[in-house]
This record gives sequence, C-alpha cells and structure tokens, in this order.
Amino acid sequence: MQSIGDALGLAFALVFSGDPDLLEIVLLSLRVSLTATALACLIGFPIGALVAIGRFPGRNAVLVFMNALMGLPPVVVGLMVYLHLSRSGPLGFLGLLYTPTAMIIAQIILIAPIVAALSRQVLEDLHSEYAEQFRSLCLTRLQTVQALLWDARYSLLTVGLAGFGRAVAEVGAVIIVGGNIDHLTRVMTTAIALETSKGDLALALALGIILLVIALGVNAAVQSVRMTATRQAYV
Amino acid sequence: MRFKQLIASLLALTVASAASAQDTSIIVQSTTSTANSGLYDYLLPMFQDASGVQVNVVAVGTGQAIRNAQNCDGDVLLVHAKPAEEKFVAEGYGTVRTDLMYNDFVIVGPEADPAGVAGMTDVQAALSKIAESEALFASRGDDSGTHKKELSLWASSGVDPSAASGAWYRETGSGMGATLNAGIGMGAYVMTDRATWISFANKQDYQIRVEGDDDMFNQYGVIQVNPDKCPSVNVEAAQAFADWLVSAEGQSAIAGYKVADQQLFFPNAPTN
Amino acid sequence: MRMQDVVLRFDADAVLKGVTMDLDVQGCTVIMGPNGAGKSLLLKLMHGLMAPTSGQIMWGAKAPSDVMSRQALVLQKPVLLRRSVAANIDFVLKARGKDIGLRDGLLEHVGLLHKATQPARLLSGGEAQRLSLARALATEPEVLFLDEPTASLDPASVLAIERIVSDARSRGVRIVWVTHDIGQARRMADDVVFLQAGQVAEHSAAAAFFSEPRSQAARDYLDGRIVF
Repeated sequence: MQSIGDALGLAFALVFSGDPDLLEIVLLSLRVSLTATALACLIGFPIGALVAIGRFPGRNAVLVFMNALMGLPPVVVGLMVYLHLSRSGPLGFLGLLYTPTAMIIAQIILIAPIVAALSRQVLEDLHSEYAEQFRSLCLTRLQTVQALLWDARYSLLTVGLAGFGRAVAEVGAVIIVGGNIDHLTRVMTTAIALETSKGDLALALALGIILLVIALGVNAAVQSVRMTATRQAYV
Repeated sequence: MRFKQLIASLLALTVASAASAQDTSIIVQSTTSTANSGLYDYLLPMFQDASGVQVNVVAVGTGQAIRNAQNCDGDVLLVHAKPAEEKFVAEGYGTVRTDLMYNDFVIVGPEADPAGVAGMTDVQAALSKIAESEALFASRGDDSGTHKKELSLWASSGVDPSAASGAWYRETGSGMGATLNAGIGMGAYVMTDRATWISFANKQDYQIRVEGDDDMFNQYGVIQVNPDKCPSVNVEAAQAFADWLVSAEGQSAIAGYKVADQQLFFPNAPTN
Repeated sequence: MRMQDVVLRFDADAVLKGVTMDLDVQGCTVIMGPNGAGKSLLLKLMHGLMAPTSGQIMWGAKAPSDVMSRQALVLQKPVLLRRSVAANIDFVLKARGKDIGLRDGLLEHVGLLHKATQPARLLSGGEAQRLSLARALATEPEVLFLDEPTASLDPASVLAIERIVSDARSRGVRIVWVTHDIGQARRMADDVVFLQAGQVAEHSAAAAFFSEPRSQAARDYLDGRIVF
C-alpha cells in the first residue's frame, strides 16, 4: 500500500524538481480557473446586485432558481457544454471543444450561479444599511448598484474566492469538454484523475497536495487583503 | 479605465485559447487502456517530429470514443472493439478501418485466489468457476471495448452475470484504471488488457490468474473519421497519422514500446 | 411647505394622527417631542422617503418626491461609504454631476481636509457626522433635514456641527432639525414644532415657545418632567 508519507515526499520532489510538465499543468489550471472566476464575477455580481436591490414580481422564484443552480453537478454542466460545442452541436462551428476556452465556459456556467447567489446575500445586507441615505441622495439604480459593488468589494473578493475554489477543484466538467489532452487541456484535477486511473496513487495524491497548497496560497492572499481592508473599516 | 482593460485582456486570453486549435493538429479519440499504458507518450513525439502534426489524444471508453467521433469531435478513432468499429465504418462515419496492433486480456485476482482459478488458460471455464463460487468480480460496466469483450466471454461461458449484479458481480461504470483500483480494493477478480496491467502502479497483492486463451485476444484498429460526414476533419493530418501508424516505421515503434522489459503491444497491420 | 391632515399608519396603528402645519420659506424649524412621538417619521414624510397613508404634503405646488433631489438628509448614525473621506464627497459630487473640484472646499469647511485620505469609517463620531454634513451640503440643497445628528456627540462636536448648520442657514438653506437637546433647540430654532403621540401639540415661534409654552406637554417637557 502506498502511504501518504510517500505522496508528501513525492509532492515535494515534484515541486522542487521544477518539472516543466507539472508547471504547465499548474499554470493552465490557474489560467482556466482564474479566467472563469473573473468572467463569472462579471456576470454574477451585477445579477446578484439587481436581485439584491430589486423588488419585482417573481423575485422569490429567481432566488430559489439561483440557489438551486448552485448545486449543479459539474458532470451535467460538462455534458451540456459538450453537447453545444460538439462539432455536431449548435456551436460546433466555433471549434472550441477540447480547448481551454471550452473549459473556461464550463466553469463559468458552474460558478456564475454561486457568485450571483452569494453576492446577492452580501449586497442585500449592505443595501439595507445604505438604502435610506441613497434614496435621499436620489441615486439612480445604476449608481446604487455601482456603489454597492464597490463598497462590498472585499466581501465580493471572498465570494469570488468561493467560486474559484469550486472551479479549480472540479474535474467532472473539464474532463468532458477539455478531454484531458496532454500539453493542451490537462489541468491539476484531470491529471489527478488520470494518475488515479493509472493506479499511481502516490503521484495522484502528490498532485492533490500541490493543488491544496495553491488553494491555500490564494486563500491566504485574499485573507491578507481582507485584513488590511478590515483595519481600514472597508469591509 | 482599468476595469475595461481588465475585460479586454480577459477576452484576449479567451480568444487566444481558441486559436490554439491550429491546422496542424488532430484529435484522436482513443481508449483509456492505450493512454494509461503510456503508449502515446512514447509514440506521439516520434510522429510529431516526423510530420509536424500535433496529435491530441482524448482517452475515454471505446463506446464513448465512438460516440464522440460520430459527433465529429475527432479526426481519428483508435479503439478496440472490432464489431463496433466495423459498424462505425458501415454507417459511413469512418472511411476505412485497419488492424493496427493487438495485445491480450488477462484476468487478475488476489493472492488468496478465492475461486481457485490460478493458472487456468481456458477463460470460459475460469469465468464459470468464478460464478459458481460467487467470488467477487469487478466489471467495467461502461460499454467500453474491454466491457464488450468481457460480456462476450460471459456469454460464451453460459453465465449471465447480470443476474448477480450488485451481489458478486460489481459493475463500476468506470475506466480500466478506476475499475482496477475498485476491484483491488474489494478483493474482486478483474479482466483487464495486459498493457494496462503491466503499467498499472497499484497492484498490491494482485497477480495475473488467467491468461493465454485465444479468445482473450485484443485487436486494436485505427479508423479515419469520414470527411463527408464531418467536414471539420483535418483529412491530410489524419491520413498522415494513420499511414504512419501502419507503416513499417510506426509498426516497429509500437513493437519497441516496453514497460518493465515487457512488450505491451504487438503490431499486426497488414503489409501491402 | 404645507402639511394637511397627514395620517401615517403601520398596519392598524396610527403613528401620525392628522398632522397639519405650515413651514416658512426661510429659517430653522426644530421638531421636539418625546420618544415615539413620530418626529423622525414626520421628517421622512416631508423629505418624501415615505408616503402618508392619507393627507397631503406640498412644497409650493410640488410633491415631496419631486423636490427630494433639492433636499438633503443627515441621520443620527452617519451612513458613510467604505472609502476614504474624500471619496465619500467625490461620490456625491459625481452622482449629482457636480464639479469634483468642490470637494476640498467642502472638507475645509467642515474641518476635515487634513483627513481627506483617511478611511471614512475610522473617523470619530463628531468627524463622521461633519463628513455626513459636508456630503449633504455637496448636493447644494435648498432644504436640509437633520435627524438628531448630535445625539451621541461630545459638546465640542455638537458646537462644530451647529456652527456648520448656522452657516448654511445664513446662506438661505431651509433647516428642519429633529432634536432632544433643549439647549440646542434654544440656540438654533426660529420656530419649534412640539410633537406628542402623533399629533402637533404646539407650533410656535422659538421665543414664545421657550418663554410661554402653550401646551401642557411642552411645559412638562421643558421642565424636565417625563412626558409620554
């Protein structure tokens, strides 16, 4: 039986060997998931803000729908994106299947609902504090949304982080639309799945440890930004 | 404004990703058994050096590989389920099918050998014994080439394992490696192609228990996806890859791939 | 401003029970009264943040919601943006399409120019309220509503705020000020509205109100007796 100790040792050895293949996989993981997170935030934040300040018929239905979408299984998202991007699918002419772009699209669909739902909560809380003063200032809806988004920026950073965490850790969607092609669409999670299927559990675990360290690093960076902001009462 | 620059650079990044699907690359829909064995890592650099064509391999079960190719999501199909491959060509999805190489299937089992099949060479007899003793057996259950082969062997041994599904017959619905991991975890017999087994790293106390039956022969074929059905096919590059595989050079390259001093695949493309 | 038979109900409870009053174009009106009398609600009705259940409020010929943008509101607890002091002013100037160049003058006026780059929410209570005032003045309002802005401040801060408001009044800004501070009312008021249990108990000129309050409730209140 391969032990966790072996995996730890291997993880260190891999990192310090500066293996270019590993670096490529790590960088692609970051590029795909960070791009997906950024674009999901561009989509999710405004939607979250509009639902947070809006009072319109069917708002509760929208809330339920948004919250339900948070639980979308990655495999289902992957299949949906595959069916659209497949050469025989409606968007096949774009030739995007088995590219990092396809993986980004799948991850956007996966995490935009999370970003929207969580930011809705954050922005609604902030809005309850600001609402009266903002109405007195006769702000337009757009001005209100902009001000809320900016003032909630550090909380929204955490929301984005939640989205990134889900994106970088998921395997079900990217393995279907990316194909886990070496040097093209292989990311940390699909590499882990591959090594597991080869029975190389130590290597798979070592990759998992590296992924964990990356996640820790990103979280620590965001946390330190937030702490600075908290000291300035900007959170 | 900084914000707009951010969006612009993100879009640029996205477009740049799309641009990497160039003219000089093809997608090969293939099986986990060939990919997990490391064969492609060995073969593809040789072909790429010789031709300049970038080969991207998608490794899934044979059934899914064929379906993906039917959706035009590939240029070349390299799988191991002859009847399904011939059907693929007959329906017009592929142009021509060529035998490429073979290896064989084996049944691996734990040290304890609960069904007492160690050393058997008659696969039907071995399967019957496993069924009789109700020893655990882990099946791919994923419509892959290996799964299809396994089902045909059960059929020829006169046992219907589906009746015991969930009891001693465990269908994992996963790839070869995942099924081996699961089977080894529960102490079950597993039928696997020899290449995957030799390069598999998590063997624990498992050994090959049944091998050497002619019925366990595992033929791989290569098919070019039909450009009449799929205009997106990169005909020239696909042709070049298929031609190279069956050429003397490609065939000797396949024969030259060894793991632990064992040859994993035996080239048998027809010479012309 | 004219207010006619204004009633405000929450569910079945009437919190304002028929308020009628007129305010002059100029000056500083102080609204006083015990807790729960409806002072803050009256202010929000005048400003147009709430609509009365019945009755009418008119600024000249216009409804409050039509003139809201020419009025400003300062709350007891300042609602400051999570940005620097300067950015809090910039935000309003930008939102109202005014010249950002006005910012430093406004901050200077409330004595906060030296804190322009500091986070607004780290200001002391008095500073925060001065910033809140500067933000209100940035909109160049015709009417300034103050809802107990000095309720929890030290005397020096109270004076600073009164000075800023007096200055605005002398430049023609109409002040409507809700306060519990009788001394403040004496210093600031041109006229006093005494509100009790959702009704106007008394509305008179400041001098008359403090020397000879007509209503029993106002007399008790000024003498420091508990009024319900």
